[in-house]
This record gives sequence, structure tokens and C-alpha cells, in this order.
Amino acid sequence: MLETLAFYFSRAVQQGIPLLFGSTGETLTEKSGNLNLGIPGVMYVGGICGVIGAFFYEQSCGGDAAAMNAFLAICIPLLCCLAGSLIMGLIYCFLTVTLRANQNVTGLALTTFGVGFGNFFGGYLIKTTGSSVASLSLSATSSFFRQSLPFASSLGAFGTAFLSYSFLAYLAILISLYAGWMLRRSRTGLNLRAVGENPATADAAGISITRYKYVATCVGSMIAGLGGLYYVMDYASGIWSNDAFGDRGWLAIALVIFTIWRPDTGVLASILYGGLYIVSINNILPTGGVGAVKELYKMLPYLITIIVLVLSSVRNKRENQPPESLGIAYFREDR
Amino acid sequence: MNGSSRFHISKRATIPWYFAWAIRLGAVVLAMIVCALVTTLLTGQNPLGVYATIIEGSFGTVRKFWVLLQEMAILLCVSLAVTPAFKMRFWNIGGEGQVLIGGLATAACMFYFGGKMPNALLLLVMVIASIVAGALWALIPAIFKARWNTNETLFTLMMNYVAIQLVSFFCNIWDRKGSGVVGIINPNTRAGWFPEIGGQEYLLNILIVAVLTVAVYVYLRWSKQGYELSVVGESERTARYVGIKVEKVILRTLLISGALCGVAGLLLVGGTDHTISTTTAGGRGFTAVMVSWLAKFNPIFMVLTSFLLAFLSRGSSQIAQNFGLNHAFGDILTGIILFFIIGSEFFINYRIGSATGKEKEDGTHA
Repeated sequence: MLETLAFYFSRAVQQGIPLLFGSTGETLTEKSGNLNLGIPGVMYVGGICGVIGAFFYEQSCGGDAAAMNAFLAICIPLLCCLAGSLIMGLIYCFLTVTLRANQNVTGLALTTFGVGFGNFFGGYLIKTTGSSVASLSLSATSSFFRQSLPFASSLGAFGTAFLSYSFLAYLAILISLYAGWMLRRSRTGLNLRAVGENPATADAAGISITRYKYVATCVGSMIAGLGGLYYVMDYASGIWSNDAFGDRGWLAIALVIFTIWRPDTGVLASILYGGLYIVSINNILPTGGVGAVKELYKMLPYLITIIVLVLSSVRNKRENQPPESLGIAYFREDR
Repeated sequence: MNGSSRFHISKRATIPWYFAWAIRLGAVVLAMIVCALVTTLLTGQNPLGVYATIIEGSFGTVRKFWVLLQEMAILLCVSLAVTPAFKMRFWNIGGEGQVLIGGLATAACMFYFGGKMPNALLLLVMVIASIVAGALWALIPAIFKARWNTNETLFTLMMNYVAIQLVSFFCNIWDRKGSGVVGIINPNTRAGWFPEIGGQEYLLNILIVAVLTVAVYVYLRWSKQGYELSVVGESERTARYVGIKVEKVILRTLLISGALCGVAGLLLVGGTDHTISTTTAGGRGFTAVMVSWLAKFNPIFMVLTSFLLAFLSRGSSQIAQNFGLNHAFGDILTGIILFFIIGSEFFINYRIGSATGKEKEDGTHA
């Protein structure tokens, strides 16, 4: 019983980690006043760039895990992923901060571009390998990414539930906890929040709005991109197939609202979201004999997000609101 | 801000329309050049050949041209739908969900009432059902926005996925084979299918959207309600001061916005696909945001922008077919072109002068 529970819990965590990366990145971005609806695209690009890097490294080693250097096998995809998502962040920043374009439109265009980019290169690589199935397998690289603590399996349920994950999962949790601390306790976090709440005041206090928005959005994009990488290399065991990532990017944005812009709460909330998904696909909740009810359960993450959004606006506590200037471009001479 | 030390950026006064459109055209030309470079780099194809293929995709045959017009009409319909809300600065990015719910209501009528009532009556019921469904779906976030100022961008975004799962649920209920895919509804009786006019199956759709375009233009430009919602968009405080009931305007506008999305769902299910799936709206709810914004919320210009996007999407299918490329390549090109057009707005709204010019200007203004 305990073993089963631990198993489902670990599935929920693995399902939740890409969302946690995405939501931590998006929270940082939104705290600077940028509503980046391009996050789904950024996560796609992060994933595919990692895949491209891994693909070429595997090719150069003949696809043999034994011939691959563990350090390079992890670092090459990681750096490719970070570079790809950084470029996406820069495009968004250049358009919305420097050129003051509408954030919603830019974000949606970024998602169109990013998802297209991912599917194009995914399809291209799949075609290159000439495989008969519509997917690309990078199991050698994935085996390095999926390396977990060696003694985890010997610790029973506790090991499965808490120690069985790969380094990226722990990294996600560390980043969220650090981001939560930084936003609440550090000078940088205070400045960042000021930029998101009231850029004119922050500007008057001598904070560089442009710099904060750029850095927060680009770092946020890079963190979100890691979510795409985790999904391919770890959750999907190194198998890329087009559109498999699904709407996880939008779920990540939902998670930001659910955590009321608190990355550290995201650690637990992402497990809850992952759990809801696992519950809905594994026939755990009663369906009354109608399989279609499963589809209704998949609504749950979005429904509870709406409820949180509504409740926080009804209660109207100032610390639980979206950043005041969210979605609005800042121009110093606009008064 | 390091940029401001070298350049001085100031807001432009209004510029002549031809100047603004020249800037946009320039952006499109630049985007085409970048796209050509990207195409050559990624695929090794001659970019001119690729562009010829894009044009072939839309104008190659009479059939392709009709498909283009149909695609454009649906996209235009969704864009018209979200526009009144946008003019009010209500960021309705829930078009996708509202279209799906409209389509779902239509499909439900076709499924349950098909063959049980005269076709004319069925069509009428479908029209009413889709409009009511779309309007109510949009009304939910509007109520919370009006009453508690709940963030509408995030609310409507979430409503999309609730709608998608709802459609998925009904697809599984209606499908008798257990694959979760509803086939063509009423394939033999054609109950609830839009009639063909002059042998053209899409003509009715296109005519309906043409009428709607004019109607929305007149509504926004000449009606009292259209004026009220643009005042609310410009400044909520001004609106309250002059005695406009802001809450009422928000609810009314979103009812209209949702109802038009419902119509788009009706056109998709009743007039085009004759079936429903989670991809029936096909991302049009999001594309419509861009169409509407690129046209500066002007329904007449939206004909142009929806044409541009429909043209690109048809062209990319053709590229995929002819060169054995992936369909997603078109999304990359669309993304690049959008980035350029979005960026070009800056040069329409702002003027860039050198830092030395700034002092002179400041002197004259003071």
C-alpha cells in the first residue's frame, strides 16, 4: 500500500517538475510587470534545443552511451537549452521593453513561433534518422539525465517518494525556493517587485526599469526552458515526438496564478497539479462506468486555478494581487 | 537606461495614415527578406521557389482560393468577436474556448435534434444555441471583472482549457466506437448542414462574415454603445465621471464578444467541418488576438490582416506538401513576420531623435 502510494507520489512529482520550472520562470517574469504568454513556446524551444545538442553529441559518439563523456552528455544539451530559451526571452524583451509592443500579442506570437520551431526541428531530426515511428529516441543522453542517487531504490517507499529523482528535479525545487526567498527577502527582489508594481516610482528611486525587466524576463525564460528539457530527457526518457509536450506551458501559467505569484509555494502546488493529472489518467477517481468522465477530471487544474484567481480578487488582500503594472509597457514620459 | 543616453525617444503626434502603412509595409518586406534567409539556411531551398509555393497554396486552383476565403472568413469572424472587448481594454484571450463552446452547442443540436425536426427549424435552433452558449461562456469572466476586477486575461485563458476538456468529454460520449473521435455528424441526412449557395459550400459562411464585418464596424464607429465602450477603454474614471455605467458596459460588450465567437463556432461546425473535436477552433482564438491588434481594432483593416495570416497558413501547408517539409515551418515564418509587424508599431507611435536634438526640442516646447 505504502509502496503504491509512494509510486504514485513520485509520478506526480515527475509530472509536476516541468510545470514548476515553467511557473518559477513565469513568476519572475511577471514580477517585473511582463506577462509573457510566450512561455509555452519558450518551453518548446528549450526542449528542442536540448534535443538538438544531444542529438549531435550522440551522433558524434556513434550513439553509444559507453563512448560518451557523462559531463559533456549533460552539459551540451543543458547549454543548448539555456541558449535557446535565452534567445526567446531576448526577442520578447526587445519587442515589449525596448519597442514597447503589446505584451499579449508579442507573447502569443512567441508561442506560435516557439511551438513551430520545436515541431519543425523535431520533425526534421526524426526524418534525418529515417526511423519508421514519428519520434526521436535519445536514450543514451537520457540515461545520463535520469541518473538518480544510487541508494534510493534500497530505501523502500521513502526512497521512491523523495530520493528517486534526477538532478534536474532537485534543481527545480532549489531554484523555486531560492526565487521565493529572493523575491521576499533580498534587495534585488524588493527592487524587482517595485518595478512590477509601479515602474514610475521605481524609476524615480533610481532603479533601472529596462535592466530589471530584461534580466528578470531572460532569466525567467531560461528557467522555463529547463522545464522543456526535463520533460524530454527525464519524463519522456529522451523520446521527442511532436506536440507531445501538449499544453503544459499553459498549465505552468495557471500554476503561477494558483501560487499567487509565490515560487516557493509552487513546489507543493506543482506536485498537486501533477497529482491531479496522474489521478485523471489512472482511473483512481470514480467514473461511474463512463470513461468520458476522465476528460472532466482533466479540467480540475484549470478550475481550481480559476477559483483561486476569483477568491484572491474577491478577498482583495493587497499582497495576493497580480503585479499592478502586469501587461503594461513602461514609457517614462507617459504621465 | 543606456539607450536613452544616446537617443531621445518621444511620442509622435498623429501621423498620416499612408506614412503608418508605409512603415508597416517596410516591416513586412524586411520580414520577407529575413524569412527568405531563414528558409535557405534551414531547408536549402531557393527562397523564391518557396514564396512561389506560398502563393500557389492560396491561388493555385479555384478550390484552393475558396478554401483561403473560407479560412479567412472564420479567422475574421473570431477577430471581429474579440475586437469590441479589446477596444474596451478587456483582454479577451478566451476566444478559443468561446468558439469551441459555440461549436459544441451547434454539434449538440445536430446530434440530438437531427432528423427530429424540419431542417429550417434545426438551423434556427443551432443559431440560437451557439450564440447563447458563446455569450454565456464569455459572460462568466466578465461578471467577475465587473464586480471584483478579477484579471480577465488570466481568467479567459483558463476558460479555454475548461472548454477544451468539456468538448473532449462530449466527444467521448457521442462517439460510439470508443476512440473519442466524433465522425461527420448526420452524413446521410445532412441535417443541420448549411445549405450550399450556387454550388459553393463555403459561400454562405463568407457572406455571413461579410455582413458581420460591416455590422461590427458600424456598431463600433457609429453607435452610442460603441462610443461608450471606447470611453471605458480610454479611461474608466472618465467613463464613470460622465455617467457611463462601467459594469453594465463590460457585461454587454462581453455578451456581444462571446456571441460572435459562438457564431464562429456555428460556422465551423455547421458550415465547414460538420463535426467537432478539441482542435475545431485550431488556435484561431489566439491568432485572432493578433489579427485584431495588427488592424488597430478596425474591422475593415482586419479584412487585410486576416487575409495575411490565412494566406500564410495556407501557403505553409503547400510548402509542407511540395518540399516534404514539416507543416510547422509555416509557423516559424508566421512568427517571424509577426515579430516584425509588432516591432514596427514602435516606429509609428514614437519618434527617435538624437540626444543633441533633444535639448533643442525641449527648448522649443518650454
